[in-house]
Order: sequence, then C-alpha cells, then structure tokens
Amino acid sequence: MEAINNLIAGGAVQDVLFYVFAALTLLCAVLVVANPFSRSPVTSAMFLVLTIISMSGLFLLLHAFFLAAVQILVYAGAVMVLFLFVIMLLDLKEEQRRRIKLFGLAAGLVSVGIVVSIFVKSLASLKPAAASPTLEGETYALGKLLFTQYTLPFEIVSVLLLVAMVGVILLSKKKFE
Amino acid sequence: MHVGLHHYLFVSFMLFSLGLLGVIMRRNLLVIYMSLELMLNAANLALVSFSRFNNKLDGQVLVFFIITVAAAEVAVGLALIVALYRKRQSAHVEDLTSMKL
Repeated sequence: MEAINNLIAGGAVQDVLFYVFAALTLLCAVLVVANPFSRSPVTSAMFLVLTIISMSGLFLLLHAFFLAAVQILVYAGAVMVLFLFVIMLLDLKEEQRRRIKLFGLAAGLVSVGIVVSIFVKSLASLKPAAASPTLEGETYALGKLLFTQYTLPFEIVSVLLLVAMVGVILLSKKKFE
Repeated sequence: MHVGLHHYLFVSFMLFSLGLLGVIMRRNLLVIYMSLELMLNAANLALVSFSRFNNKLDGQVLVFFIITVAAAEVAVGLALIVALYRKRQSAHVEDLTSMKL
C-alpha cells in the first residue's frame, strides 16, 4: 500500500497514463486517416471519437479538467453526432481503392516532411520549463478569466455562433439559388 | 524520464502531421473534414500543454474559443457539403473539378 502511494506521489502513474493515452490517441488518429481494413467514413468517424476521448484523458493529465469535459461534450457528443448524421444522410458508398497518383503521394510526403522538419527544429530549440507546473485548470478560475479579461472575445464568439446558425439554415433550405 | 512539455508537444506534432497527411491523401470530403478536426485538436493539445507548463490560464481560454469556433465551422461546412451533394450527387474531391483550368 505504501509503495503504491509513493508511486502516485512521485508521478510515475501519471507518466504511465500519459504513454497509454498518447499511444491510444496516435493509434486511433492513424486509423482515422489510413485504415487498412476499411475506407468507410463511418469507421473513420468512430475512430475520431476514440481519438477525442483519449485526448480528453491527456487534458486531464494536464489538469485542464473543464476542457476535458467540454472536449467530450462538444466534440465526441455534438460534433461527431453531426458528422454521423450527415454520413447517414448522404448514403456514401465505400471509397474505392483507386491507385494513388504518384504526384499526389510525392506532394503529400514532401509537405508533411517539411512540416515535420519545422517541428523537429522547434522542439530542439525548446528550453526546459523553469519551475514545476502548479496550474490548475479548474472551472472557477477559467470562468473568472473568461468573464473579466476575455469578455469582448466571448461576446464576439456568441455573435459568430448566431451567424453560423443563420448561415446553416440558409444553406440547407430546399431551394438554394 | 519524466513526462514534460516535450512529450506533449511531440504528440501534438504527430497528430498535426497525421491530419495534414489525411487532408492531402484522402479523396472523400467528409474524411478530409475529419482530418481537419484532427489538426485543430492537435493545436488544442499544444495550447493546453503550453498553458500548463507556463503556469498561465490564457491558453486554456483560447482552447475554449477554438472549440466553439470549430463547432460553428463543422455546422457550416457540413451544410455546404450537403448542398454540394444535392447538386452533384457526389462527395469525392475528384468529381468536383469544374474550376480546374
């Protein structure tokens, strides 16, 4: 029992959990993009849900409790339901396995390579954090910041949501000319 | 080795690269859209880890806004895809080349 408490206090459990969640996130993301067994959009959407859920586990490990909850509620809930709804509505056939064009493959690999090289350079130049993190992303602190320092962006975002709502209604009307 | 900022940033970078690869390689509009969501999520993870390791809450506020904007973006984008499908009966990028020279 004491050994377990020491492990938790030393952060070893958090480290193991990080590796578990990170591996799960990346594995499911690979299966969203390039699933060797199925090209169906439904499979991709399901693995995207798994990616988002394991990512909210990473948020928990970063002590961003409110965002972890919002991630599951908004992304895994609302957004993915919308995705699945549209997939079912469109009745898409399985994506045919066309031969990948050589030019497209080369362009994709080159652009990804450039991005990865930028990432490697920025990671190498990163200075280690000075102090150990003490931040707690609790709802109280986040809400206080949101309604004091970030009031104007908050109101603008609410207007943006209204605009999106009007736009969606306009776009999905039957006679859209 | 203790898990630090580097580890989280590595995961975020890998997620972003995977999303970019998906946008370029896949042909289905909906799957391309899902890859876009993956890239947005990678940015969220980077912001949250920066916020945690710099002891500032502003990053998390930004993530909150990004999630809101992403939800609005998904709604509008999917409505566009549905309208496009009604006109063309297809959601493949290879069938949507009328603007090609």
